[in-house]
Amino acid sequence: MTRIAVTSEGPSLDDRVDPRFGRAAGFLVVDLETMDIQYIDNGQSQVMAQGAGIKAAQLVARAGVSCLLTGYVGPKAFQALAAVGIKVGQNLEGLTVRQAMERYKSGLVEMASGANQAGR
Amino acid sequence: MLEIIIISGKGGTGKTSLTGAFAHLAANKIICDLDVDAPDLHLLLHPARERQEEFFSGHEALIDLEKCDGCGLCASMCQFGAIRENGDGAFAVDPLGCEGCKVCVAFCPVEAIRFPEKHCGQWYVSSTRFGPLVHAQLFPGEENSGRLVMVLKQQAREMAKTRGADLVLCDGAPGIGCPVISSLSGAHLAVAVTEPTPSGRHDLERVADLCRHFQTAMAVIINKHDLNPEETSRIEAFCRDGGYPVPARLPHDLLITRAMIQGLVVTELPETTFSRDLRQAWARIEELAGLRR
Amino acid sequence: MIFAVASGKGGTGKTTVTASLATVWDAPLVAVDLDVEEPNLHLFLQPCIDGRETAHLTVPVVDKAKCTHCGACSDLCQFSAITVMGQLILTFPEMCHGCGGCFAVCPEKALSPGRRELGEITWGRAGRVDFLSGRLRVGEAMSPPLMRRVKASLEQRLAAQGGDAVIDAPPGVSCPAVTAVLDSDVILLVTEPTPFGFYDFQLAWEAFRTLGKPLGAVVNRAGLGHDAVYGFCREKELPILAEIPYDRAIAEAYARGRIIAGISPGLQETFVSLLGKMRDLARQSPPRKAAHA
Repeated sequence: MTRIAVTSEGPSLDDRVDPRFGRAAGFLVVDLETMDIQYIDNGQSQVMAQGAGIKAAQLVARAGVSCLLTGYVGPKAFQALAAVGIKVGQNLEGLTVRQAMERYKSGLVEMASGANQAGR
Repeated sequence: MLEIIIISGKGGTGKTSLTGAFAHLAANKIICDLDVDAPDLHLLLHPARERQEEFFSGHEALIDLEKCDGCGLCASMCQFGAIRENGDGAFAVDPLGCEGCKVCVAFCPVEAIRFPEKHCGQWYVSSTRFGPLVHAQLFPGEENSGRLVMVLKQQAREMAKTRGADLVLCDGAPGIGCPVISSLSGAHLAVAVTEPTPSGRHDLERVADLCRHFQTAMAVIINKHDLNPEETSRIEAFCRDGGYPVPARLPHDLLITRAMIQGLVVTELPETTFSRDLRQAWARIEELAGLRR
Repeated sequence: MIFAVASGKGGTGKTTVTASLATVWDAPLVAVDLDVEEPNLHLFLQPCIDGRETAHLTVPVVDKAKCTHCGACSDLCQFSAITVMGQLILTFPEMCHGCGGCFAVCPEKALSPGRRELGEITWGRAGRVDFLSGRLRVGEAMSPPLMRRVKASLEQRLAAQGGDAVIDAPPGVSCPAVTAVLDSDVILLVTEPTPFGFYDFQLAWEAFRTLGKPLGAVVNRAGLGHDAVYGFCREKELPILAEIPYDRAIAEAYARGRIIAGISPGLQETFVSLLGKMRDLARQSPPRKAAHA
C-alpha cells in the first residue's frame, strides 16, 4: 500500500501543487492503489511564527505516507521528514496534484537527497 | 530572477537612501522593504497602496480576570517575567513581555488563560514612481521573528514571476538577528553599506560573518569615506582580504539628507559627482549579481 | 536608577550619547551595552575587561529510554523545537525559546537540561565606570535570551553595590528594543531631525509610552532641516532634554572613536546638563518594584 502526500492549494486532484511545504494550504493524501484521497488542512502550521515546516512534517507523518511531493522544503522540515523515512520529491510547482502524482507513478520524480530551500 | 538585498550591520550608514537610489536606477524590478520594524523606504517612494493584508503570527496569553483566583502559578512559571499581579488580587500578562509560549495557559489550574492569535502588523502591495513596492509595518513592540520578512519576500517573488521582472531589490534590516537572517535567505547578493567609524567596521565584520555563515555573496559600499580616510583604508583592506568587491566609495554629503527632506532619492536631484558614483556603483552591482550579460 | 538610551532609527547616536553620559556621570555607574547584535559601546569607552563568560539557553535533551512518545511536549511547544514524529522524537535546539514548558509537562521525566550557546557576556571598568556588555553569537537568531542574562547580571551588581546604570539599547521598536528598556526607570529617545529620524521616532514613542515610564528626547545632529520633531514633542508633552548640533567636526571626531563630550567644554556642558535633566525626569518615576516571581 503506497500512500503519498502532495502539497496542494485546494482539496481536489486538479488543484495546483502548493510550492511551499511548511506553509502550504494543505496536503492531499492519495492511496495510489485505491485512489482514495484525503485532504489535510495545514492552517495550524501556517499561523506559527516559526517551525511551520516541522509542524507540517508531523501532520504528514501522522497520515502514514511514504513520500511527499512538493515545490520546496526547508532544511529542518527535510530533516524531520527524513527522520521518519518519508522520501521527498521537490521542484514540482506549476503542476496540478494529479500531474505530479502521474509523474511520480511513472518513475519520473527524482527523490531529493537534501532540502532545496535555504534555512531561515 | 535575481534577488539583491542592501544591508548594514550598523544602522544609519545610508542603506535605505542608497536602496531608494538603486530603485530609481534599476529597470524591471519589484522593490521590497524588509525592515519591517522601522521601515523608511516609503518616505522616499511615496507608495500608493493597492492592497493591504493583516499579519497574524504566533499567539499571546490573556488572563480572564473573572476566572483568575490569584494563585500566581502562571507568574512563577513564566520564564520571561511577563506576568505580574494587577493590584486587584489577580494576575495580568504584559503583552510586551509575552513570548507566546503557552506554558501559563497549559498549567493554569482553573483554565483562566486564553491564547488568541497575535495581530502583529500589516503588509502592503503598493505602486510607486519606480515600480511596485512590497512593504510592511510591524506594530510597535511586536516580535520580529523574520516571518513577516518571509511573507514579503514570497509576495515579491511571486509578483516578479507574474510580471516578468528579473530583479527583486530589497532594503534589509540592520543588525544580524532573525529578520536579517530571513532577509538573506535565497538572496543572490548582499550589498553591505558601511561607514569608516569604529562601529561601522566592527559591525561590517559581524555582518560579513553572517553572510559567510549563510553562504551569501557580499559586496561592500563604503559611505561617508572622507570622514576618516585611515579607517576607510582599513575597511578596504578587510574587503580585499575577504574577497568582497567594493562597488563604491561615497563621500559624506548632505545631498542625501537634502534629497530625503524633499522626499526624493539622490539620483533625482541635478546630477553631481555623487550621483554619478551611484550610477556606476549600481552598474557594478548588477554585474556582480549577474544581471548584466 | 536605570536609564535606557533607545531610538527608533539606528545611527541616530544612542551609543554616542551613552558613552558621553558615562564620562560625565557624577555617581557610581554601570554602563551596559544591550545592543547584543552589534555592541559598540566598548569601542568608545575602551574598558579594561576583567572577565567574560559564555551564556547559554537551557534546551531539552531527550532520554530515549524513558520517552514514551506521548507527544505532550510536542503538543505544547509553540516553536517546533521538540517534535514527536510517530515513534521518533526530534529536537531542534536552535528553535527553542527556553520557556521550560516541555520539562514541566513531560510525565516521564524524560527530558534533561542541555544548552545552546547564545553568546558572550563581558565585564570590566572604564575609568570610574563599570562596564557590562553582551555579544550575540553570529548565527544565533534571537537577542532577547542573551539580553535577559545581561540584565540579570546588572540586577545582581546593582543589588550588591547600588548606584545607577545607563543602557545602550538596540535600535528599533520590536522585541529586542522592548526587552532592553523594559526594566529601566527612565527612557531616553535619541533622534535626528530628518524624515527617517522623525518617522522612526514616532514609532518609538508609540511603542515605549505604553510602558508607563518617564520619556525624554535628545535631538542629535540638530540643524539638518526637518523640524517636525519639535512640534511633535510639544504636542505630546515629551521634554527635549538636549540638542547636539550637526557639525562636520563632530562627525569626524566620532569617526575617529572620540567620545563627543570630550571634544569641547561646550559639548561637555551639554551632557552634564542632560544628566541633570534625566535625574529630574527620574524623580517622576514610580519606585522600583523588587524582581517579580
